[in-house]
Amino acid sequence: MSAPVPGVKGGIGQPILRKEDARFVRGKGSYIDDFKFPGMLYLDIARSPYAHAKITSIRTDRALKVPGVLAVITGKDLEAAGLAWMPTLMSDKQMVLPTDTVMYQAQEVVAVVADSRYAAADGAAAVEVDYEPLPVVTDPFKAIEPGAPVIRTDRKEPSNHIWHWETGDRAATDRAFATAPVSVAQDLYIPRIHVSSMETCGCIAQMDPVSGRFTLWMTTQAPHAIRTVFALVTGLPEQNIRVISPDIGGGFGGKVPVYPGYVLASVASIKTGRPVKWIEDRSENLQADSFARDYHIHAEVAAERDGTVTALRVKTLADHGYTDAAANPSKFPAGLFHIITGSYPFAKAFVEVDAAYTNKPPGGIAYRCSFRVTEAVYTIERMMDILAHRLRVDPAELRLKNFIPPEAFPYRSALGWTYDSGNYGAALAKAMEIIDYAGLRREQAEKRRKGELMGIGISSFTEIVGAGPSATFDILGIKMFDSAEVRIHPTGKVLARFGTKSQGQGHETTYAQILAEELGIPADDIRVEEGDTDTAPYGLGTYASRSTPTAGAAAAVAARKIREKGRRIAAHLLEVSPDDVEWKDFAFRVKGVPTKSKTMQEVAFAAYTNHPAGVEAGLEAVDYYDPPNMTYPFGSYICVVDIDTETGQVKVRRFVAVDDCGTIINPMIVDGQIHGGLTMGFAPALLEEIQYDENGNVHGGSFMDYLVPTAVETPNWETAKTVTPSPHHPLGAKGVGESATVGAPPAIVNAVVDALQPYGVEHIDIPIHPWKVWQILHTKRGPAP
Amino acid sequence: MIPPQFEYYAPSSVDEAVALLRRFDGEAKVLAGGHSLIPLMKLRLAEPKALVDINRIPNLAYLREEDGYLWIGATTRTGDLLDSALLRKSYPILTDAAQEIADPLVRNLGTVGGNVCHGDPGNDLPACMLALGAVLSVAGPAGPREIAAAEFYRDTFVTALEPTEILTEVRIPKARSHQGNAYQKIEKRVGDFAIAGAAANLVVDAAGRVETAGIALTGVGPTVVHATAAAAALVGEVPSETHLANAARLAETATDPSGDLRGPVAYKRAMAGVLARRALERALARAKGGS
Amino acid sequence: MATSARPVAPAAAVTTAGAPISRIQVTVNGQPVVAEVEPRTLLVHFLREVLGLTGTHIGCDTSHCGACTVHLDGKPVKSCTVLAVQASGRQVRTVEGLEVDGKLSPVQEAFIEAHGLQCGFCTPGMMMTATALLARNPNPTDAETRDAIRGNLCRCTGYVNIVKAIRLAGQKMQSASSAPGGKP
Repeated sequence: MSAPVPGVKGGIGQPILRKEDARFVRGKGSYIDDFKFPGMLYLDIARSPYAHAKITSIRTDRALKVPGVLAVITGKDLEAAGLAWMPTLMSDKQMVLPTDTVMYQAQEVVAVVADSRYAAADGAAAVEVDYEPLPVVTDPFKAIEPGAPVIRTDRKEPSNHIWHWETGDRAATDRAFATAPVSVAQDLYIPRIHVSSMETCGCIAQMDPVSGRFTLWMTTQAPHAIRTVFALVTGLPEQNIRVISPDIGGGFGGKVPVYPGYVLASVASIKTGRPVKWIEDRSENLQADSFARDYHIHAEVAAERDGTVTALRVKTLADHGYTDAAANPSKFPAGLFHIITGSYPFAKAFVEVDAAYTNKPPGGIAYRCSFRVTEAVYTIERMMDILAHRLRVDPAELRLKNFIPPEAFPYRSALGWTYDSGNYGAALAKAMEIIDYAGLRREQAEKRRKGELMGIGISSFTEIVGAGPSATFDILGIKMFDSAEVRIHPTGKVLARFGTKSQGQGHETTYAQILAEELGIPADDIRVEEGDTDTAPYGLGTYASRSTPTAGAAAAVAARKIREKGRRIAAHLLEVSPDDVEWKDFAFRVKGVPTKSKTMQEVAFAAYTNHPAGVEAGLEAVDYYDPPNMTYPFGSYICVVDIDTETGQVKVRRFVAVDDCGTIINPMIVDGQIHGGLTMGFAPALLEEIQYDENGNVHGGSFMDYLVPTAVETPNWETAKTVTPSPHHPLGAKGVGESATVGAPPAIVNAVVDALQPYGVEHIDIPIHPWKVWQILHTKRGPAP
Repeated sequence: MIPPQFEYYAPSSVDEAVALLRRFDGEAKVLAGGHSLIPLMKLRLAEPKALVDINRIPNLAYLREEDGYLWIGATTRTGDLLDSALLRKSYPILTDAAQEIADPLVRNLGTVGGNVCHGDPGNDLPACMLALGAVLSVAGPAGPREIAAAEFYRDTFVTALEPTEILTEVRIPKARSHQGNAYQKIEKRVGDFAIAGAAANLVVDAAGRVETAGIALTGVGPTVVHATAAAAALVGEVPSETHLANAARLAETATDPSGDLRGPVAYKRAMAGVLARRALERALARAKGGS
Repeated sequence: MATSARPVAPAAAVTTAGAPISRIQVTVNGQPVVAEVEPRTLLVHFLREVLGLTGTHIGCDTSHCGACTVHLDGKPVKSCTVLAVQASGRQVRTVEGLEVDGKLSPVQEAFIEAHGLQCGFCTPGMMMTATALLARNPNPTDAETRDAIRGNLCRCTGYVNIVKAIRLAGQKMQSASSAPGGKP
């Protein structure tokens, strides 16, 4: 007989320490560049100095004479094998290596394979390429003008226009604007930024020429999808391909796409029969890997005179570089940008996006955010402030007046999303209370009288994460479910494997906590594995805050399948009918006689030693979880800034973040995710951008110019929570990793613009460099004396 | 990123180092802290045939006050400036500037000599050397020579130092009573190159009248900017707010910035003025016994 | 721990045929090592590829990120911008040298307890900087801590918990040294 269990060690809601940290603090993590195999070769890449040019000749004889260099690979070599081009995740195509034309600066041109890292670098430096420069197009507006030089001459359409996408009711929205008593409009540019995970990308490809087995150790957030894509592109049989994603030093979306380097290392291994390692350096990472954002947005909001919002109209031009290599669900070329109605009940809305090619590296992937949600949230939260400014009402008041009320959930938005749950007013009220909003407004009024600049900015965002329901969500046709496989060993210890892949989020701990709660087994007894396609069940990987909403749900459902089988074994052990056994308080108990019970561990032992007739031996389950809906985390952030009126420098004095991600699995980890997300929201608001000059030369191509925030300017984040569970997720949980990245930028910009209200400013494009503020202070008419 | 091949020498004396530089006739580079040179080599923007590592030369790292001067050896680490109680008390401009250099890890290797003689207009110490009226000691094939900091900076990465010469030490006139100095800098992010920086040094008499003034600016021209007219305008005055503002305006007009990611020309120029005024205010307060 | 010099063959991974070679002797985590390297061999590659000490990471190549931070004669430096030959005759300590006799250092413990790491990539460098800071100043303020790690970039944590971890480690060290039987 077992005593009642009051709780389980390491269950849901406990701030337990992370399992993965033991290896990381000892320097014993296994990142891609830490692996070394006998006979391993190294690959380095010679890149284009031009943004657009014809290649007139490639000479590799000097490179091949460098001691240690074994082989070179050019576009012509790949063309012969049908591999010069490869598909992007958006069904466009991109070059592995060019055969005749380069289309962005730092594009891969020749790969050099050598027996050492140093020799490979020497070889790449010795490659000689002659170019004939072509006209460069870097402005997407100019790119789609008639007569612009066409970049992608491989396409049938003689144009740099890639696609047009729209959603919503155009006519009804136009009518609403035509009769609206108040409307505001603004152009917003969200520049190119780069995730810059601290670890760059890389791989080791190993083709075993005898067995035909191809193993690819690779910094990928989605190993299973990569395996399938490799099978389709190379024709290698999928059972012979093994993709292993080892410890990943940060991903944030940048490790979802397939980069040419991965393919080149694979080709080199197939060619040499030896393992080939490719590790990009930081400049390659910043200059050639997928960027994020680059959205030119024109937004309009219509409202009643009392501030009640009625309609939203948005027209956007997306700069995709030379190919559309975004990583969006197939049906949504502009991602989930149409979450743009945000936390407000717009009756009418219309959104259209056009995409253009330019002579820049491809991408349009995330930067710690779910498929263009940052762009959407930035737009709506900026527009709400602009409307508040125009109506001369407090931005908090305007938001509180307009929020979708809690009783309206599930709420169907004008652009077709069904929000699962929310209580927006509660989150904003909490943030206002923590930061003493009223007190801050009084202080601001006082400071304004003295000519000092202080601003308060609010962002009340609604996220959309957890892609996604199979009816609407797929990538290259593969549905966006995710998976868990749970085995309980005879001694009651658990091995669980997932189709996702942690990059620092702490899956080994969080998933163990879900299983602990669902199985009544301490988290310490549960081992979580991910990232090896030979062992883990198929899943779409980790990005867009989807792991807890999908694989986390799969863990709970798999555990419940095990409980269902366990109930029958427990009934056998308790000598009662299965119908008389229930799972309660972390044990199988006889209904009405709760002290008569069996633990999961007892049941597990019996599953291998004493299983009843008619029940299969063993205790394991697999679940492929197809979420019924997305989850919609939300929150309210308030930022306070002080501005140096002489230099234009902005200092974030305080930043309070109230998040609601439903049920919280590990509060310590959730807070860590929010701290990191806030910092990646702060960064593009004030520091980070990648610019191109008119010749397509990149500025911001190393950490000398690309300014990742340090501890000095990063604010001391203050966090708090409200909890509004998701009604459809088995645990009530929503995703959280990206909420803060999405929610933070408008709060910061709103604060700066609020500080500059005496100057009549309604908008400043990010990043808000000191010189932009200074220009306003020196060109706009200041406050009346 | 991998540097190209080179020959490596670690001489044990300055003479030996100079002989090596001479042997390679301009194709060898001096390796001190390496934090400018090694990244340039990794980017293959610099491909010297040989490196002459002067870190193993004894008695090249020191910081002492004697014979009417503050002497700083070339391989003194910039982090050592920050740790010096003497500097904090008598030459706070150098403490200010050291705190602004890159980050603590870089400062553990980066040298005073390297920062002074690299010729990058973004380096912080050249402006301090100009403001303080430092003299730079150089060893070369023709023996040692001295170059006033005011004569040293010619253009971006171009200085009076010959490729076969080594900067061995800097000497700065010993701090006097009623002397105050300060360095002010703004950046987009700590550790980034300056938007602008300003160094100011003032010696006043008992009545508060300026006897000596030095002002120089970082990051607002092809090389460090020596704002001599601004300094001259203060000499003989008991500086009022108006005097300081006027000097700052003169400093501003001495600049010749180029627009880049850190801001357009007008902004950088204006910031040079703002920072010059702030540095002067601080220097004056310190000269009067404040901190 | 072995104290005799351990000769190490030149490692193919970082040596090019026909290149000039320097012989170096470095003490790494208390253990003397003799090796032949190309002069251009970066200290970080020497540690990672020749000695197999892969806890020291490479994040940026331009001495901006600090993922490669190690101690050189007790001071934290960025080993991607130091030549292995420069370390000859000197003491190098890496993250692998923080744990002594199977006991994590207070900094390592505190990083776990305060959730001072996520992906773990910047963590070794961050801990080496923190260890050096606390050796000089066992009770740093929030601002002093932030300034000390300004040369170590982290993309995951937003620094809040790293600062907490470092200050917690300082407290641990102080209470360990004041506790009876604690280290002096």
